[in-house]
Amino acid sequence: MDALDRDLVNRLQDGIPVAERPFRPAARELAVTEEEVVARVERLVAEGVLSRFGPMYNAERLGGEVTLAAMAVPEERFEAVSELVNAYPEVAHNYARSHALNMWFVVATEGPGRIKEVLTDIRERTGLAVYDMPREQEFYIGLRFNL
Amino acid sequence: MDAVRQSQPLDDTDRAIVRATQQGMPLSVTPYRVLAQSLGLPEHEVMTRMQRMLDSGAIRRIAAVPQHYALGIRANGMSVWDVDDRLVDELGQRVGELAFVSHAYRRPRHPPLWPYNLFAMVHGRSRDEVENQVAEIARLLGDACRGHDVLYSTRLLKKTGLRLAG
Repeated sequence: MDALDRDLVNRLQDGIPVAERPFRPAARELAVTEEEVVARVERLVAEGVLSRFGPMYNAERLGGEVTLAAMAVPEERFEAVSELVNAYPEVAHNYARSHALNMWFVVATEGPGRIKEVLTDIRERTGLAVYDMPREQEFYIGLRFNL
Repeated sequence: MDAVRQSQPLDDTDRAIVRATQQGMPLSVTPYRVLAQSLGLPEHEVMTRMQRMLDSGAIRRIAAVPQHYALGIRANGMSVWDVDDRLVDELGQRVGELAFVSHAYRRPRHPPLWPYNLFAMVHGRSRDEVENQVAEIARLLGDACRGHDVLYSTRLLKKTGLRLAG
């Protein structure tokens, strides 16, 4: 990565507009052509510096539901419960974490109502409590990786 | 129904746009035109619909999404806070605005096991950097905070993209 790559990543985290030539403002600010911007973004995606370039969707506003759920899973059952949970296509991410609540997963569904079914199903099949922690309020997201 | 789970119905054309772009936009100097061509729609219609989704919050922004690991951001902590209910929204907003916080949410408590109502994901190059960031949040929350913890992920068990508008 050179200096221009870093400037581009910093700049493009703020987003591009909906416009016929949406890369023009960033290209002007960085004093390069739009073609150069696009070629570099393409390379940064290919290299894995960027996981992608595009719209960041808010699943709930698209009509779906998302929640974060946590479970306290006994160590000797951890692998089996992990397998059971991960088998649901609605489970998007699942992390082991250092806490009594040691399994944390995100459940995302395309329509309303299905979240409760999935969590109830997991509770009944494992006999373990499943703590539902939906977002009640989302605060402004300010993260910028300044390179 | 609370504000965050509230849904805004999309029509089939919106859903086609979501499906075509959830892995990324076409990389072109005219990405909306290329996208419109692939969907068989006029460019202005795609642009109008995406602007509407931006305005409604269905799209947060159209942007570069960095890969934490590739940028040397290896330490990711889920910091959780037990904050006075009367102050949590005001303080949560200020926590969310910190540059090292990627997501900040208010979520329900589950006492006694889980007393925390504010979640803030923090990211740094090392565990030390994350601990310093957590200390900064603690200073910001002050007396309104009755306790906190930081949960580090010890293992990724599953990761797929969210499936939207399937």
